Amino acid sequence: MFDITIIGAGVVGSSIARELSKYDLKVCVVEKHSDVAEGTSKANSAIIHAGHDAKTGTLKCKLNVKGNAMFDKLSEELDFPFKRNGSLVLCFDENDMDKLLELKERGHKNGVQEIQVLSRKELLELEPNLSEGVFSALFMPSGGIVCPYEMTIALAENAYVNGVEFKFDTEVKDIVKNEGSFIIKSNNGDIETKLIINAAGLFSDEINNMVSSNKIEIVPRKGEYCLFDKSVGNMLSRTAFHLPTKMGKGILVTPTVDGNLLIGPNAVDLEDKNEITTTQEGIDEVLSKAGLTLSQVPVRQVITSFSGLRAHSTSNDFIIGEADDVKNFINVAGIESPGLSSAPAIAEMVEEIVVEKLEPKKNEKFNPIRKGIPKFREMNNEERKELIAKDSSYGKIVCRCETVTEGEIVNAIRRPLGAKTLDGVKRRTRAGMGRCQSGFCSTRIVEILARELDVLPTEITKFGGSSKVLVGKNKRI
Amino acid sequence: MECYDVVIIGGGPAGLAAAIKAREEGIENIIILERDKVLGGILNQCIHNGFGLHTFKEELTGPEYAGRFIDKVDEMGIPYKLNTMVLDINKDKEITAVNEVDGIIEIQAKAVILAMGCRERPRGAINIPGSRCSGIYTAGTAQKFVNVEGYMPGKEVVILGSGDIGLIMARRMTLEGAKVKGVIELMPYSGGLKRNIVQCLDDFGIPLKLSHTITNIKGKDRIEGVTVAKVDENRKPIPGTEEYIPCDTLLLSVGLLPENELSRKSDVILSSITGGPEVNESLQTNIEGIFSCGNVLHVHDLVDYVTMESYNAGKNAAEYVKGKNFNNNGIEVVAVQGVRYTVPKYINPSNVESPVELRFRVGDVYKDSFVSVYFDDEREMHLKKRILAPGEMETVKITKEMLEKYPKCNRITVKIEEV
Repeated sequence: MFDITIIGAGVVGSSIARELSKYDLKVCVVEKHSDVAEGTSKANSAIIHAGHDAKTGTLKCKLNVKGNAMFDKLSEELDFPFKRNGSLVLCFDENDMDKLLELKERGHKNGVQEIQVLSRKELLELEPNLSEGVFSALFMPSGGIVCPYEMTIALAENAYVNGVEFKFDTEVKDIVKNEGSFIIKSNNGDIETKLIINAAGLFSDEINNMVSSNKIEIVPRKGEYCLFDKSVGNMLSRTAFHLPTKMGKGILVTPTVDGNLLIGPNAVDLEDKNEITTTQEGIDEVLSKAGLTLSQVPVRQVITSFSGLRAHSTSNDFIIGEADDVKNFINVAGIESPGLSSAPAIAEMVEEIVVEKLEPKKNEKFNPIRKGIPKFREMNNEERKELIAKDSSYGKIVCRCETVTEGEIVNAIRRPLGAKTLDGVKRRTRAGMGRCQSGFCSTRIVEILARELDVLPTEITKFGGSSKVLVGKNKRI
Repeated sequence: MECYDVVIIGGGPAGLAAAIKAREEGIENIIILERDKVLGGILNQCIHNGFGLHTFKEELTGPEYAGRFIDKVDEMGIPYKLNTMVLDINKDKEITAVNEVDGIIEIQAKAVILAMGCRERPRGAINIPGSRCSGIYTAGTAQKFVNVEGYMPGKEVVILGSGDIGLIMARRMTLEGAKVKGVIELMPYSGGLKRNIVQCLDDFGIPLKLSHTITNIKGKDRIEGVTVAKVDENRKPIPGTEEYIPCDTLLLSVGLLPENELSRKSDVILSSITGGPEVNESLQTNIEGIFSCGNVLHVHDLVDYVTMESYNAGKNAAEYVKGKNFNNNGIEVVAVQGVRYTVPKYINPSNVESPVELRFRVGDVYKDSFVSVYFDDEREMHLKKRILAPGEMETVKITKEMLEKYPKCNRITVKIEEV
């Protein structure tokens, strides 16, 4: 029997897992997909918000500001990319200045210390590629950008090496309450656990509603994005938001921590939680709104577009805490923006609940440090020479666009919670994320995966399930 | 720091021909840097025949054509490094490369020949909405799986784009037992060679839908189908014309992009139309001693032209090493009125001995029209052409005599005239 079962291996579930691995507890994470970060955690704006925007007094607000401050230490301990590049909220109309200043007030109330008001002249000096239509802006130096899936992978790996068990391809079908424990009914058998932490993202309502009468409703709110080539990644240094509307934070234009340019998201409420397609309307909307921010949107440099679903709770705030009517069932539901920014603080909040309940001993062997995969593309020639001398497979470039070596790909597969799919390799190494979008390297990655996992190339998938890459050998279909 | 007289980046048909010619012109100290595990470039996966009609008066397969040049390279003892990726190059011709055996290699070159070829435009760059499921490939990637790895990417195929690669793969997949449901082409004409339409589509009864595009991709884990719609004269989908075609594979043949990331690093000026370096008649870029040839310069249809062009580049690189100055100021060649671009872009009369092969592509289909070449305002050439199409590269020859006839010429213009 587990002490704790966390449902969901997104950034929230993985953050909580890592936090709880500091204790002498038997913890497992149950994830219905074949890898971590397969839900919203891989398809979001990747912004660590300053915290000015959330409604004062809400959990979103409190945990955003708290979480934001934790990223320097966390990214260093876990070796994932994070950069405090600063956030701008752009105002295009003199008549909206009162709204802008209201936002500044709210920011201060929320605990965001540094907020400057910039004039048009100052703005265009800092960011010459902004459109001339900009009137003024707020500037929050504490805003940042992160790689959300690399962060999730780092958290999960660290949790795993510190003793947390991960069960992938395991979907929770039902939860049965027992005397002093729960039986989780999954497609891979039963799991008995004392405590459940519901971090199931889009499906956190369904999980809650299996046991609690206080129903939660999650509405999937789709946001579409366009990603641009690194050659235009320096069009902006800071992240630029529009003054917020009722539906969300509006379109943002931002450099990514890996050097691309990202625009999006729009906001469309759906019924189907599996609807992660992009639409012509969504792409058009995002490209057109980016034209407000940038003097020229580099349309010819688009390399891909994608969509993510926000787990929007109809109660409009995070739902974190023990269910009123079900002891030991802890909800961490409705985590939409600023969920990523809040994740480290959410994990601490859940940790407090768990510690109070179980009074666990500390895990003496806990190691907070996780070393990521060496990044050949970021090294100088001396460092590269050293790396190749230790392992010559770091001298073999597989992904030409992102300069990723075979050594990195093999590392990604062999390491804790290693990659088993093309997307798993992609998210751990960036192989396939460049301008040719794996056109050149996919044959090689399939070959390496098949070799390392000791399976036929025809068994390799893009992201698990039935997303096979190949259907068979020649002339045998 | 290793020093070479001529460094050739890319060991495909362009790099091979350039290396052979440079060696024939007497340059001993040359090296080819190739990122793949064999020489031959893209030809290695083009197992269909049709290569070498001009060069060898034979119809060879891609590997056979490449093999002729690889054999010659070995015969001549021209050095090459395989599995070697060039990471960096600057305008001083300092090159950084990497491979498993040598680790990081630093090279100083006297002359460089850029022969890196091109890559395919991916789905993301044309933003087809829908699912990001598996089963979507660029045609070249699918070709590699089928012809080199021996695996089928799918069995019920739709192909977007009627360029040569799309057409070749329509036939290839059919020969391997797949059902190709159709080739969807945005333009009102095909982008590939006429012979490929006949030999790959007509001969196999594969429908070609001109003036159509794909508006949506459906599929949960693997692709399940595509929505195809007719387009209007602005190439925008016409509402109400949508048709759903079930399939388990989508192949994209939607454009080739010369791979010039390295060229940019060495401050080589690129043409915004071809995506390749702007060169003069000697195939030298704006940087003295850096030459370019093959698909990285402009995307070719026939490998025979690649070979001819690359012989030229190799010869000139050798001349440069021997001390020749190519004097980059030349007459600008301007492409207007139906002509999209020309290669070369500049012609320096003092460098011209034998006729300059001026290659160009048109932007539309023209029937019974004329290719006209003007030296300033004087029309010097007026060639009748029954048919001109974007998918077929054309050539006119600019001779030494013509250049001598117009000694004060400021500009050469190439255009299409109806009368």
